[in-house]
Amino acid sequence: MGNFLSWMLPEGASTFVGDIDWIYYLILVVTGVAFFAVEIALVVFLIKYRKRPGGKATYVHGSTRAEIIWTSVTAVVVVIIGLLSAPAWNKIKGREGVPPNAMPIGIAAKQFEWNVTYPGADGKLGTPDDFTIRGQLHVPVNKPTVAMLTSQDAIHSFFVPSFRIKQDAVPGMHIRVWFQPTKVGEYELGCAELCGLGHYRMRAVVTVHTQEDYDRWVAQAAHSVAQR
Amino acid sequence: MATTATGTSPFTYDHGHAHVDDRSFIRKYIFSTDHKIIGIQFLIMSLTFLLLGGTLAMVMRWQLGFPGKPLPGGTLLPDTYTSGGVVLPEFYNSAVTMHGTFMVFFAIMPLLVGVFGNYLIPLKIGAPDMAFPRINMASFWTAVPAGFLMLAGFFVEGGSAAAGWTSYAPLSARSDLTGVHLGQIFWCVSLIVLGLSSIMGSFNYITTVINLRAPGMNWFRLPLSIWSLFVTACLVLLAIPVLSGAAILLLFDQTIGTKFFEPTAGGQPLLWQHLFWFFGHPEVYILILPAMGMASDIIANGARKPIFGYTSMVLAIIAIGFLGWGVWGHHMFQSGMNPTLGTTFMISTLLIAVPSAIKTFNWLGTIWKGQITFHVPMLHALAFVSMFVIGGLSGVFMAASPFDIYIHDTYFIVAHLHYVLFGGSLFAIFAAVTYWYPKMFGRMMNPTIGKVHFWLTLVFYNCTFFPMHQLGLHGHMRRIYDPTQYAFLKDLQPVNTFISISAFCLFATQFLFAANFIMSWFRGEKAPNNPWLDNGLEWTLPSPPPHGNFATVPTVYRGPYEYSSPHSDEDYIPQNVPTPGGGYGSPHPQHAGD
Amino acid sequence: MRRMMLGAAAVAFGVWGCGGKGSDNAGAGGTSSAGAVAQSGGGGAGPTGSASVSGVIHFTGAAPSNPKIDMSQEAACKGKYTTPPVEPQFVVNDGKLGNVFVYVKSGLPNGATYTAPATPVEIDQTGCLYHPRVFGVMTNQDIVIKNNDAVLHNIKAVPATNRGFNISQPSAGMTSTRKFTSPEVMVPLECNVHGWMHAWVGVLPHPFYATADSTGSFSIKNLPPGTYTIEAWHEKLGTQQATVTVGAGEAKTQDFTFSGPKA
Repeated sequence: MGNFLSWMLPEGASTFVGDIDWIYYLILVVTGVAFFAVEIALVVFLIKYRKRPGGKATYVHGSTRAEIIWTSVTAVVVVIIGLLSAPAWNKIKGREGVPPNAMPIGIAAKQFEWNVTYPGADGKLGTPDDFTIRGQLHVPVNKPTVAMLTSQDAIHSFFVPSFRIKQDAVPGMHIRVWFQPTKVGEYELGCAELCGLGHYRMRAVVTVHTQEDYDRWVAQAAHSVAQR
Repeated sequence: MATTATGTSPFTYDHGHAHVDDRSFIRKYIFSTDHKIIGIQFLIMSLTFLLLGGTLAMVMRWQLGFPGKPLPGGTLLPDTYTSGGVVLPEFYNSAVTMHGTFMVFFAIMPLLVGVFGNYLIPLKIGAPDMAFPRINMASFWTAVPAGFLMLAGFFVEGGSAAAGWTSYAPLSARSDLTGVHLGQIFWCVSLIVLGLSSIMGSFNYITTVINLRAPGMNWFRLPLSIWSLFVTACLVLLAIPVLSGAAILLLFDQTIGTKFFEPTAGGQPLLWQHLFWFFGHPEVYILILPAMGMASDIIANGARKPIFGYTSMVLAIIAIGFLGWGVWGHHMFQSGMNPTLGTTFMISTLLIAVPSAIKTFNWLGTIWKGQITFHVPMLHALAFVSMFVIGGLSGVFMAASPFDIYIHDTYFIVAHLHYVLFGGSLFAIFAAVTYWYPKMFGRMMNPTIGKVHFWLTLVFYNCTFFPMHQLGLHGHMRRIYDPTQYAFLKDLQPVNTFISISAFCLFATQFLFAANFIMSWFRGEKAPNNPWLDNGLEWTLPSPPPHGNFATVPTVYRGPYEYSSPHSDEDYIPQNVPTPGGGYGSPHPQHAGD
Repeated sequence: MRRMMLGAAAVAFGVWGCGGKGSDNAGAGGTSSAGAVAQSGGGGAGPTGSASVSGVIHFTGAAPSNPKIDMSQEAACKGKYTTPPVEPQFVVNDGKLGNVFVYVKSGLPNGATYTAPATPVEIDQTGCLYHPRVFGVMTNQDIVIKNNDAVLHNIKAVPATNRGFNISQPSAGMTSTRKFTSPEVMVPLECNVHGWMHAWVGVLPHPFYATADSTGSFSIKNLPPGTYTIEAWHEKLGTQQATVTVGAGEAKTQDFTFSGPKA
């Protein structure tokens, strides 16, 4: 967990950490410099230019040169931030960003649970060997998974902080969200859009398996669902 | 009739309108057409809602800081809100929703636009009143029933609206999803009614500024408070009808069976978001521009220096007004909207940082080489700049859409919005209330209490909201009743508790302001005409000014920021005082050596 | 004017206590009168008598298996079971079917009205299941909903004609009280947090109903003499009707037989 007052991001477990975290640190440095420059200037001015007996303020109305400089510097900096961020956005959210070999799953959100539909042994969704499990997301490590996300009632939001992924689940829409986990382990999924009384508890467990463990889990889960 | 070399007011009148108002108490103080009384009426109403909104925040912070523990006084509340004194999710979601709704629509917006728009515009431009005084009265008396209706939500079955102040459909449209039926309906109707009030006010302000400026008050001699209120009024006029339309569609979905937002019948949930945020983003500029304008007036006064870069400041206000229409999609980056739109909104959002940065640098330029007096309004105005910088910079993180994937709907956003709305707007409001209180009530607010209130507020405010950045960076979601349900949030609970305790202290501190406000009304030191040695036209009048304002029509010779001018022995020279030695004050600011 | 605003605010706060129509108390329970025994509450103005209709619900064919519930997302509930929990859709013992709601559908005199009893009906949430699963209440009779699990339950009623409700109970021991005001057979209850939780309530304007217990037995008592249409309802197997005529004080038997769902 680390120091909870830290400006460092918590450890992540997907490839998106590499795509997103550096943008954060870049903006942190840029805004940090701006913050310290402005706030320190403010405090220095407040001390240096406080009213003194017999003092007179300098009668000046502005400086066109200063305006041009600080306007263009600000504009250039923000445009650069935008240009640097655009590729990551397209990769994560764009239709073309989804890897073609991603394993498909279906995620149907409803008040207040996540129903995950797995493609079964044939690896395809929409076939008879699909099975649905409530509240558990199981995926293999180092392989991309693409979820077709929808909702059955209100708008929910699929949020796995460790994967740096968030996507609203909207009723009437089927939205692709993909990710590739990089570390075996257990993570949490939470709902990030107010969806009613149980919003605060709309939680699921995300388990990242090695490929062998994942195959074993699929076989066992499909079997026990069939038994229901 | 007077002209200056640089222009004539388009509306000239040959006599002042100040006179003693000898009408009945009801006509003078209840159903008044006097813009000053209406401004004070809005002030009372808004401060009441500020208190209510703050109280609801205390309920939220109690539950977040001490989840599952009985709220003090909770057993007095009905069983639909608390159980054994413990806040229920129903009440928590209702508090979240109504805190935002009260603060945005019934506190900050009327404080900035209803109070200071009304009070300052005629006085500062040299007019006897607004262009349409009776419509002005109607504007206030339309806002009052809207407020009562919003409050009424707490007293009906199902409780108040509970779908967030953003009221996303279909949650807000379907009572089977929330358990709330009448409360959501009241929310819509109340905002439709309040919208009428705002629209009436906005075209009144626009007409007044265009048509009723005194002779010599040309556009580039207007104070920045008036510029900002003018641009804000334009935003209100264009944006509020969008909200009204959206609220009507939602109301129809809730009541008469339409399906605008219901996907199973051809509706679109995202339609609500587009409509709401197309209004909602100009709305946040409505909530900051007047604060910026008034802070400019106060900072120039406190520094005893002209505003640095007046023309750039005006252009920045106009730029914010324009650009603010093109960024609404940044609230919808993760909504399922086409990702290509996301890229375009990212660019426009990053660009709108530029005019705000320009204004910040110009405020710094204003105090540079000044003679800074730290009167209470100046303290608040300086805090406004300092806190607004933090809020603005935190916005850059969420403008970068890939990082917004991570922080959308987390406490990072909550930190940002409170830094601009509280750190920004509310500190500016404290500054403005303290500054114009003497003019409104003829008495000074107590400066010692004012300073104590300021420092305690500044400290507790930062203790409350700064750690929220960290919560968000750790993934803490918004609007959740019990964060301890998540293992990754359990370790953050001490931060939540710290924030809650700071929030309680912050709330308690505001009673100092309230006490100062109320006590000074009766027992404050009597105010002179111009306690702050300000150049504005209102300070040439008695405190409070008579009905009809000016006994003789003022003639304006210069802009409002001529402090420490070589043309005067004093370090200020009011706008209506002829330049000693003849000649005309230039309407265009001189520039420092380039 | 300022005083008026403050006064109005004070009045508003003073009236605060009148919020909401139901009432929720921590820890207060109602008497349990739920479930498998003949339900004859109240009486009131409408005609009653001493006739009765009793019987057994038979089940023919192979008993379908009840769906297993995967409670992994709710460890606190899952831990209460030693064998994997199932959704009790079919309660079949020895060829008898339980959880069948039997009631007088028509035949009472026109305009007969009955007042609801003061004692409430209780439904418990235990082990993330509703107990009872099928029961009847009278219009305007209180239903006390109790949470016996230390987890959030969000009970939601989805009626067709009545006003529904949607209540959260975040902790153990919480109770909430609601009622229905118009007759409706059957009102579904569900939990928004645990999608496998279901219950059904039959809301009737008279006290002549019963739910068959696990031996399939039911008994409707205190009927006035007359000819009645009796309906038996099962959540999966549909409804069946029978016409029964009883004289004053007469005890008639009326069985029903359901057979397994088509494959």
